[in-house]
Amino acid sequence: MIILRLALLSLWNRRGTVVLTVLGIAVSVALLLGVNTVRNDLRTGFANTISDADLIVGARSGPVNLLLYSVFHLGDATADVSWQTYSKVAAHPQVAWTIPLALGDSHRDFRVLGTTGDYFEHYKYGQQRSLAFTSGRGFNGAAEAVLGAEVARALGYQLGQSLVLSHGLGEGDITRHEGHPVVVVGILRRTGTPVDRTVHVTLQAIEAMHAGPGASLEPESITAFVVGLRDRVAAFQIQRDINAWRGEALLAIMPGVTLQQLWQVVGLVETALYVVAGFVVFAGLLGLLTALLTSLNERRREMAIVRSVGARPAHIAVLLMSEAGLIGFAGVLLGIGLLRGGLWFAAPLLEQRFGIALAGEGAAPVELALAVGVVLASVLIGAVPAWRAYRNTLADGLTLRV
Amino acid sequence: MNDSAIPAIRVENLRFAWPGQSPVLDIAALQVHRGERLFLQGASGSGKSTLLGLMGGVLEADAGRIDILGQPLQQLGRAQRDRFRASHIGFVFQMFNLLPYLSVLDNVLLPLRFSPQRCAQVASTGMTETAQAQHLLAALGLADASLLSRTPAQLSQGQQQRVAVARALIGCPPVLIADEPTSALDTDARSAFLQLLLHECSAAGTTLVFVSHDRSLAPLFDRVVSLAEINRVVSS
Repeated sequence: MIILRLALLSLWNRRGTVVLTVLGIAVSVALLLGVNTVRNDLRTGFANTISDADLIVGARSGPVNLLLYSVFHLGDATADVSWQTYSKVAAHPQVAWTIPLALGDSHRDFRVLGTTGDYFEHYKYGQQRSLAFTSGRGFNGAAEAVLGAEVARALGYQLGQSLVLSHGLGEGDITRHEGHPVVVVGILRRTGTPVDRTVHVTLQAIEAMHAGPGASLEPESITAFVVGLRDRVAAFQIQRDINAWRGEALLAIMPGVTLQQLWQVVGLVETALYVVAGFVVFAGLLGLLTALLTSLNERRREMAIVRSVGARPAHIAVLLMSEAGLIGFAGVLLGIGLLRGGLWFAAPLLEQRFGIALAGEGAAPVELALAVGVVLASVLIGAVPAWRAYRNTLADGLTLRV
Repeated sequence: MNDSAIPAIRVENLRFAWPGQSPVLDIAALQVHRGERLFLQGASGSGKSTLLGLMGGVLEADAGRIDILGQPLQQLGRAQRDRFRASHIGFVFQMFNLLPYLSVLDNVLLPLRFSPQRCAQVASTGMTETAQAQHLLAALGLADASLLSRTPAQLSQGQQQRVAVARALIGCPPVLIADEPTSALDTDARSAFLQLLLHECSAAGTTLVFVSHDRSLAPLFDRVVSLAEINRVVSS
């Protein structure tokens, strides 16, 4: 016990350099945990974005590409699906429901999604959760809109707000559909998915904006559509049928399977990040070793004093190893604190920008494992200066040759 | 043979050389009696510190024997010697005796953390450890209670050396070894310090081995031994 107390007091006495060492470890730990948190929360976030959908169908491109633009609103579609084809697939006896998705417009940096009332009925996220309204109702006709929670919050919109949509994305607002304002009739509850960042309107509204006055409001094409089947077992069969569709090049994907493909691609980058973060932790621990070794010489007198009052060389070794362990422990604690603090700051920004919530939930076991690992590694590293000090005390004896 | 007849320190045919170097010590015989206050005079480089290291059991003799309080040190293992030293010998060095990050009180109490025997001795007086430390400090002219919580850096050299003596004496170890404890003090502080040290050792019956190059201090002691005369290694 006295050794631990001496270690603490001695560290406090040298707190200037010790704090720097602790900081080095803390930053490295925060980095490693940060990579881990972003990875896990991204995966959960993506996996929670769409649930209960059996197939997603779009024009033929890559499966990952289709998944990204249709569900996550990342990137753009290269081609559309004709309304005729959509109607045929929707009429298939195995198909229980469909949600058409028409993308390509925006409102002040938020994507506009043209769809039907089926969206509010059949779209599920998380563990099969349905969309719910915090206020208002679903849309009807070409002049009404339903806002995602983040859109309403960021722009300060309420029910009755009139808004003008722009063609395309970006901030230029070059082609504003001034002639066709829509009125907010509903605001959705927050979901932690890209839905929060979406302005929902009817397919007719999209058509009315692009077709001009007097034209038919029957849509000619949509970007993609979600399919729910009566019997999940039929999914592979229907997928094959759609992929072999005559007359139009279509691609049907199963969201879960495609998400796995995405993770396989992303996995390489993740591994690279883990390796880098791991080496940064290693560098932090090397900093600890450097600090302890450089302090050894100026502390020979201290060691000799402790020795003269009865400490054995083993005590000296334990003293140095506990100092290393204490520094490692403080570094881990501070690192976890840094990460939590950083998340607290950055999470709202990330959620606004990408609609993905970084909660750091479920990180505790990883943090604990890393804490134990870093403290153990610190103590092990402390064995190097401990061995040196042990040898020094044997050679120095009680003489204070400083 | 009763306990007091056993010499406090007995050295016979002691030889020591640092690894790979020529011998520094070769002493035929040296005895220090119980309660004796010995002045061991030697120039720097004469092997004084080496001899103290051997007496403290930190170094191991190449040949010969050292008995402390009748216990031959060469019969003990390294850890046993460390424990023996912690319980039976107090040390005072030239300067910087105190740990800078402990208060004066904690510095004085430090040996008790390593020696159950010295702890038990303090307990047997019926005083608390703090009271015992205060008592020793007061006897050494440091009666001011506010000193206890100060750090060594806030004390003068002379005060620091007196704190070091209090630490060496707490729990009444039978032997006190002082290695040039006055060399960092000016003349006035030096004689005051010596008076207190000698008085406290007499009061506790502690055997004192006082090592110094400064012959002018010798008259205050019971006996004077010159290391140059008993060490058969001729220093070049």
